[in-house]
This record gives sequence, structure tokens and C-alpha cells, in this order.
Amino acid sequence: MRTWLARQRSLLDFALGSLWRRKGKNLALTAVYALTVAAVASVLFFTGALRAEAARVLAGSPEVVVQRMVAGRHDLLPAGHLQALRGIRGVGEIRGRLWGYFHDPTPQANYTIQVPDRFWGEEGQAVVGQGVARARRLAPGSPLDLVAHDGSTLRLRVRELLASGSELVSADLVLISEADFRRLFGVPPGVYTDAVLTVRNPREVSTVAAKVAAALPDTRPITREELARTYESIFDWRAGLSVIVLGAAVLAFVVVAWDKASGLSAEERREIGVLKAVGWETSDVLALKAWEGAAVSLTAFGAGVLAAYAHVFLLGAPIFRPALQGWSVLYPQFRLVPEVGPYQLATLFFLSVAPYTAATVVPSWRAATVDPDAVMRS
Amino acid sequence: MRRADAFLALLLALAALGAAAAAHARAQARRLLPEQEARAELVRRLDLTDLCLFTEARYTRHPSQADRFAAFQDHPVALEHFPSGSLVPPRR
Repeated sequence: MRTWLARQRSLLDFALGSLWRRKGKNLALTAVYALTVAAVASVLFFTGALRAEAARVLAGSPEVVVQRMVAGRHDLLPAGHLQALRGIRGVGEIRGRLWGYFHDPTPQANYTIQVPDRFWGEEGQAVVGQGVARARRLAPGSPLDLVAHDGSTLRLRVRELLASGSELVSADLVLISEADFRRLFGVPPGVYTDAVLTVRNPREVSTVAAKVAAALPDTRPITREELARTYESIFDWRAGLSVIVLGAAVLAFVVVAWDKASGLSAEERREIGVLKAVGWETSDVLALKAWEGAAVSLTAFGAGVLAAYAHVFLLGAPIFRPALQGWSVLYPQFRLVPEVGPYQLATLFFLSVAPYTAATVVPSWRAATVDPDAVMRS
Repeated sequence: MRRADAFLALLLALAALGAAAAAHARAQARRLLPEQEARAELVRRLDLTDLCLFTEARYTRHPSQADRFAAFQDHPVALEHFPSGSLVPPRR
């Protein structure tokens, strides 16, 4: 065992010496490789943390949301529908929700205006999210004027700001009273944006949703499970943001691997020929090349993963911010709870270290199995 | 110092930094737990359905509440014109 270890140590020495002779190329390769790993790892960590956040935070979202559809579009729900929903067996509590979007032309931002089930303020007061407060420079007591549907001005006063720790769900919220909401949007009494309902037996949610769709054919029930699925698909590493970054990284990696796999440089072939001529076995050459590949890929993997961790969880993923923000004016400031599992690390490892090491060893095996004289002459 | 030893030292340093990152992750998870619980409570209290990540369009602000053909909701064969529309895949 000691002999084997000493032999591997010597081979590693030799491999590092060989890499160091072409240090410019190999250092550049390791740096680009580490950046590629960092880009892919950042996406995996970021989307993984957001998925876990969505799963935990949205676990308390409504069990079923019922929307009314008219001509294929979401429409206001009459109070009569709430009565009909009450008649469905298995349905617990039912509440009509009032919420909508408001485009504020001053900061060019979109707000979500909502009436909480039990608004703790008074008429004429608003509770606003931190994003809205930043966009309009609001503080408790500030006036907040919104242009109503008929062109008149709805004068509100900010009662309080929602906690900054809740921005990920509340940055664009403006909570107001029911009377103010109906005045702002011209929504007549007796209609709601949609309805939320609880189900007495949690195992019957899909049955109740089917009963809702049958009893009120012009409605669309959305269950909590569907809601969770939406967020799983958004932050799935095979979709959305991940595909864009992964696609670019995989292409970059294919170029590197293709360059390696399509053949060794003349210098590398001569080196293999000399080693064979002085008595190295094919297995020694392969071990040497495997160590070379492992040295580059392990360093790049370690540095890339650490850089990704720092980027996402220490710096708050500043590189993704413009991509996520898009054209939005309001963007939440949030700190993600780190979620790095063995599954993500194993995926990264097998996507980066294994193919690179294979791409290094295979052409060397081809060169090492031919006659050393022919290799040196070619 | 032999090159192999220097390289193994580098790998050990990377592993130590990895262990430090794991410890940081655990500490952060403990520290941020109350904030996360407060968010979950707000979601329950206000009947919220979505994360406030993309506020630029209706169907990116509330992807779970949007139409199934969200990207084309303005009119048939409408082109997707919001950048985050390329990050939010259609509902399944």
C-alpha cells in the first residue's frame, strides 16, 4: 500500500511538472473551467434555494383558488358564485378576494393592490411593501396618491411598511380597505376578483376542485398542489434560467472537451513517446494523464463551487439580478436561506470532473498504445 | 516542498473552505429561519399565492394565477415581450 501511495505521489509530481511546463495554457484552462463550474453551480444553488423557499413559504397559501373565466380570460366573480360554492360538500371556509394590478406612472412600476381578509388599518390608509416604499420614497405617515379608474385621485396615507424580511412575497404589495379598493378600480359591490376556499379533508382537495368545476363550469379552480408545481417548474434546473446558463456552459465545455478529445498537441505526443521509450508502461502513461486531468478538474471544481456559494449566498447573486429583474422597476431585496445538497454537488461533479478526465485520458490512451518510435517521428 | 504535497495542500485548503461554507450555510439557515417563518405567516394571513420575483407583467408576477396560454394572452400569436417571460416556462 505504501509503495502504491509513493508511486501515485510520484506520478502526481510528474503530472504537475508536465502541467507547469505549459502553465500559461493550463492556468487559463483551469480559470475558464472554474468559471464554467461557477456559472452552472450558481444557477443550481440559486434555483435550489428559491425552490425550497417557495415550497416552505407557499405551504400556507390557499388550498383552492377559484377564478371565473369569461371568453378565456379571468373575470370578476359574482357573490352568487360564493353561495354556490358553499353548497359543495367538503368545502370549509370561503372568502372572496379583492386584488388587482396598478401601474403607477411616476416610478413606472406595477403594484399589487390587495384587500386583506381583515384589514387592520382604516379607510384612507395603506400598508405598503418595501419595494413600493423605495420606488415612491414612502415612510409611515407619507401621503400616497393613486389615480382611480375615473381619473379622480384616491388619497391614501401610509399607515406602516411591511417588514423588510418579507420582501420576497410582499415587495410590491399595497394593502388597502375594501371601500378604497372598489373606489380605485370601480369594482361594484357584490363582485370579487376570485375566491379562496379551504377543504375540510386535505386528501379531498382534488375531488372538491373537480366538484367546483362541475358545479360552476365558468370557473377554474387552482389547487395548492398546482401552485407548488408551477414553482417547481420555474426553478427546475432543466427549465427557464437554468437552460440558458447551462446551455452556454455546456457549449463552452464541449469546445474544450472537443479540443482535448480530437487529439493531443505534437509536444504531448512526443512526451508520451519518450516516456514509452524509456520504459513506462501504457498503464503508467494513463495514470499520469488521469492525474493531469484530475488536477485541473478538481481544482476547477473546488474553486468553482466555492465561488458559486460566495456569489449566491454571500453576495446575493448580483449577476442574476439583471436577468431576473427584466423590465421590473420593483425588485425585492432578499437573502436566500442556503440550500446545498449532496444531489446538487454530485450532479455538478459528474457533469464537470468525470467528462473532463475522460476527455484527457482517451486520446492519451490512443497515443500510448502505438509504437513509441512512430509517435516520436509523427 | 514537492509539487504533489503543494497540490494536496491546495486541495485540503479548498476542502477546508468547503467545510467553512457548510458551517456558514447551517448558521445562516438558523439565523434566517424567523424571517422565513414571518414570510410564511404573511402568506397565510393575506392568502398570497406567489413569490414577488418578477413584477413586470401580470403573468410573471403571479405565474400560478395566470392563464395557461399566458404568453399569448394579449392576442393570438402575440410575441412574448417581457424578459422574464423567457425564464418563466408555461404552467404544467
